[in-house]
Amino acid sequence: MIPVTHYIFLSLALLTIGVVGVLTRRNVIVILMSIELILNAVNINLVAFSRMFGSVHGQVFAIFIITDAAAEAAVGLGIIIALFRNRETVLADEMDILKW
Amino acid sequence: MYPLAGAALMLFFGRKLSNAVISAICVGSVAVSFFFACGAFLQLIARPANQRVAQVILFEWVPAGTYHLQSGALGSFVADWGFLLDPLSAVMILVVTGVGLLIHIYSTGYMAHEGGYYRFFGYLNLFMFAMLMLVLGNNLLLLFVGWEGVGTCSYLLIGFYFHRKSASDAGKKAFIVNRIGDAGFLLGIFLTSAVLGTIRFTEIVPALTASHLAVGAPVLTAIALLFFVGATGKSAQIPLYVWLPDAMEGPTPVSALIHAATMVTAGVYMVTRTNAIFQHAPFAMEVVAGIGAATALFAATIGVVQNDIKKVLAYSTVSQLGYMFLACGVGAFSAGIFHLMTHAFFKGLLFLGAGSVIHAMSGEQDMRRMGGLAKKIPTTYWTMLIATLAIAGIFPFAGFLSKDLILGKVYEHGLLLWLVGYFTAGMTAFYMFRLIFLTFHGKSRVSHDIEHHIHESPKSMTIPLIILAGLSIFGGWIGWPEILRGSNHFVHFLAPMITSVQEARVPAAEAAQAHLGEIELMLLSEGLVVLGILFAWYLYLKRVDLPEKITSHIRGLYRLVYHKYYVDEIYDTMFVNRTKDLATTLGSFDNAIINGVGVDGAGWLTRYISRVSMWWDTWIVDGSVRLASRLIWLVSQVARMFQTGLVQTYMLVIVIGVVGFLTYYFWVLQHLHS
Repeated sequence: MIPVTHYIFLSLALLTIGVVGVLTRRNVIVILMSIELILNAVNINLVAFSRMFGSVHGQVFAIFIITDAAAEAAVGLGIIIALFRNRETVLADEMDILKW
Repeated sequence: MYPLAGAALMLFFGRKLSNAVISAICVGSVAVSFFFACGAFLQLIARPANQRVAQVILFEWVPAGTYHLQSGALGSFVADWGFLLDPLSAVMILVVTGVGLLIHIYSTGYMAHEGGYYRFFGYLNLFMFAMLMLVLGNNLLLLFVGWEGVGTCSYLLIGFYFHRKSASDAGKKAFIVNRIGDAGFLLGIFLTSAVLGTIRFTEIVPALTASHLAVGAPVLTAIALLFFVGATGKSAQIPLYVWLPDAMEGPTPVSALIHAATMVTAGVYMVTRTNAIFQHAPFAMEVVAGIGAATALFAATIGVVQNDIKKVLAYSTVSQLGYMFLACGVGAFSAGIFHLMTHAFFKGLLFLGAGSVIHAMSGEQDMRRMGGLAKKIPTTYWTMLIATLAIAGIFPFAGFLSKDLILGKVYEHGLLLWLVGYFTAGMTAFYMFRLIFLTFHGKSRVSHDIEHHIHESPKSMTIPLIILAGLSIFGGWIGWPEILRGSNHFVHFLAPMITSVQEARVPAAEAAQAHLGEIELMLLSEGLVVLGILFAWYLYLKRVDLPEKITSHIRGLYRLVYHKYYVDEIYDTMFVNRTKDLATTLGSFDNAIINGVGVDGAGWLTRYISRVSMWWDTWIVDGSVRLASRLIWLVSQVARMFQTGLVQTYMLVIVIGVVGFLTYYFWVLQHLHS
């Protein structure tokens, strides 16, 4: 039986990769993918602890999160397409219109 | 009252009315007045001689105010709005409305082509109203109201052609010169009220008797002299006569109505009206007679050399007014009023005739450019000839009767004054016939352009001329002297008005002096008059070259007289320029002190204060506001650096924050455990 610590470290590695990806990549689509990585790091944590405590709640939660991530990805991609139509770019550092 | 309504109508609505309506209203209102005047006169005649006084007091104008008389008694000052009709004012209203009516009719013809037709008739009606007020007022103050009223109208009418500077200047001159006299008159009224306690004409005589003032009391002399100052202003006597010749700038009917027939005689009327006071002041009487005689002679000499047809008539008017005052001065008040009446007829006629000539000559007034007009405008010629005969004093025209009445009285008074009057009569004949000969006889000196246009005036102008001519002949007959088997109704009619002082003013010895009878006097003056006429005929018809030679012989004297003895210039340097100097001095004082220190100083001070205030505003008030804004700007400059607009920057900050928080959290936890 693999101890829960391994899962936690895997999850931590995934989270770190996702955060670094969000912070460093310029392409909005890659950023979206990095966000998926962070979500999945959470999922791994949830499933691992669910196994550890012998409870099924965490796994149900994980399935909800997957559904949610799918919906989120759809909305995010829709936004990206709308943005591209307006600004003809998908690069995050060229979208500074949040500033006034 | 009707002319007032007419005047109000004209001045308010006249602009819109047609000329025909205007003439109908204005002439109509004067005609109604004349009608009523006749009615009043007839009623007055019907009464017995000693009851011929009717007084109507409409209301109290100035309510009673009590004060102490000079004598110490308590008096009360009342001026009411009342009218007094007695033989004197009856004669005056007849003359004023009668001659006024004729002149109104004449004006409809004369002014037909002039602008401001309604304005002219409005003023004329206003004048009629004021003049009636003057002669009908039952107290001195109301007389003064009319007095000022006619003065105002005179000003308005002299300056009728206000676009001509000379006309408006003449109007101003008349107004200002009259003010000098009016000031004297007003002071006289005050003094009367202070001394006698009444200003009502009917009460003056009883008050005089009650006051026990001796004849010749200084205060009465002062009153009389002040009144006379007023009269010299209005009636153009030395030294205030200068305005009348200039007043000829007005339209000719105005000259006829105001400056010949009515207004200028107001002074004579006033002196006669207050004759009770004058009779109590022998010295003032002497002054009146002296000034009158001097004016008569002085103006006659100027009249001899004038070339403007209206100017000759103007000086002649001044001279005739001198006669009237001469008459008043020697105590022959009714003779003065008689001459006033006849003068209104023939001088009105002369002015209207002159207007007719000017009308025919398309505005030419210089007699040197007339001549030979007798055949071209016969009606005007004949009527003017009659008037001239009348003014010259040819038997039996009106002027003869009145003038000889005066001369007779003056002769009784003293020889010197008589000589002056006598000589003036001759001069009058001379210069009047000079006018006639130059204008109507001899060779025509008219320029060709004008000659074509010469035409007789319209009926509306000639009919008044004819009526006045009739009056000039017959109007004097009511004063037919007793010595010529007449009864002299006129003098008897007026007799109740004249207070006789119970003192032989002419010492008995002098009266007893052998003097010429009235008939001899008449013959004497007739002789001189005829001589004057012949002289004029000789100079201006027979030997046309002679006047030139004579004037060149006595060039200096001629110049002096031609320029009216330089009286205008003397007045200019003595009074007008002094006044101007005073005004200039006051002006520079104004400039330096009032403007410089006062106004400019205040302005400078205000500016200085406002500058300080402005500095405070800009640097302190505005400064604090700007400082606040600058601070906020600076802060925001720093703050905006954090807002990059880049999602990833924000994300980075969040991550750093989370990591920082977690680090701190665990650090605290560890410390808690240990």
